[in-house]
Amino acid sequence: MSGFLSSSIGKKLIMSISGLFLILFLVVHLTVNLLLLLGSEAYNTAAHFMGTNPLITSIQPILALGFLVHIVYAFILTAVNAKARPVKYEQVSQSHSSSLVSRQMLPLGLALLLFLVLHMIHFFVKLKVTGEAPMIVMEDGVEMHNTYLLVGSLFQMPLYAIMYIFAAIFLAMHLSHGFWSAFQTIGWSNEVWRGRLTWVGYAVAGLFGFGYAIVPLYFLIFQPITL
Amino acid sequence: MANINVKLKIWRQKNEKDAGKFDVYDLKGVSTDSSFLEMMDVLNEQIIQGGGEPVAFDHDCREGICGACSMFINGRAHGPDTAVTTCQLHMRSFSDGETITVEPWRSSGFPVIKDLMVDRAAFDQILQEGGFVSINTGGVPDANAIPIPKDDADASFDAATCIGCGACVATCKNGSAMLFVSAKVSQLALLPQGRVEASRRAKAMVAKMDELGFGSCTNTGACEVECPKEISIANIARLNREFLGANIKS
Repeated sequence: MSGFLSSSIGKKLIMSISGLFLILFLVVHLTVNLLLLLGSEAYNTAAHFMGTNPLITSIQPILALGFLVHIVYAFILTAVNAKARPVKYEQVSQSHSSSLVSRQMLPLGLALLLFLVLHMIHFFVKLKVTGEAPMIVMEDGVEMHNTYLLVGSLFQMPLYAIMYIFAAIFLAMHLSHGFWSAFQTIGWSNEVWRGRLTWVGYAVAGLFGFGYAIVPLYFLIFQPITL
Repeated sequence: MANINVKLKIWRQKNEKDAGKFDVYDLKGVSTDSSFLEMMDVLNEQIIQGGGEPVAFDHDCREGICGACSMFINGRAHGPDTAVTTCQLHMRSFSDGETITVEPWRSSGFPVIKDLMVDRAAFDQILQEGGFVSINTGGVPDANAIPIPKDDADASFDAATCIGCGACVATCKNGSAMLFVSAKVSQLALLPQGRVEASRRAKAMVAKMDELGFGSCTNTGACEVECPKEISIANIARLNREFLGANIKS
């Protein structure tokens, strides 16, 4: 088995499985995000549940591992692939034979990694580490972080809203190749399913891109929180 | 028939150790009906008459079926035309006064022998690991003794049209040999005679491919676009399936 995982296809399989796992995370994350559009109570309750439910919090280390594996193997594979062509071509014309996104998965991934770090600083650190996020007492007397205020007030600043919208676009681009690619690597593709999976991939990418962009866009345009 | 003048920027390298460099040649009155290799022949005669060393390049059948010719022309394997090898590329695909850049395949698995010639023995080494059916065939069997579904036979034949030219490796941004290996694995795995050894074959050929320093596939699909035989990357999915299945079984 160790020989299998160190083979080129084995490493690719690790990329594909970890990628699909991260897509599951994106589904959950987006579902909670969209509650921001419903208002303070719905979102704060959901965020409180996600932060305190033992089942959810116990999955957190696995999620972190998923990110780590996906990122580390991206670098390993890129390093191995770079060695396969020690002398570069003087002239390369690739625009007709492959999509720009499919060739730029690492740069897109790096942009998302940079975003992930900033995203953690904006929210995760304030909620989980320093605890400096504002608090709120709900009608039933439970005290929790006012995550709605934390997120919403950030998104009402144009700089941050635009940054999060761009991250959504980069994510959509990354997924527009990554989704289909994951299935191809597992071997779940053929002449028929290739076309179908490509379109499902575009749909998934579009939904995530739209879903993640709509929240900062909503706060930026409507400014629902009076500061 | 028209004649054009072209400027050729060609990679010159004395041997594997030499650093190599580009030389530029002016070639006048090239017939647009001549093939790219015929144009190279004319260029070489001009170089020889001038007392120079002719450009070394691989070629054999010159009718698009042997897979010997291997030039990276204007940034593309086998040049700007689709579904053809360099020998079937014609000068009508170029315009008058154009500068044409010609490079060898670039891959750590294909070291340069001289100028535009590369050593593609790596492909033979991969084939030696399992690109065959190891049974004693005996006499010629009766036709249709083993029924094979038409779709399988067609898919197998499509994979078998791979001529092993190496354009897939040359084109791939990762220098991956997956299209070649997947074609060779597929053509046998789809038929009952080759099915028996399919798992062993996939494992052995992938191990050799990795050992020889080819990169890994990132599914850009560029290889199938540049492949002169238009081998589909559906074969790569099949290879992945075979390889994963083989490793789960053992």
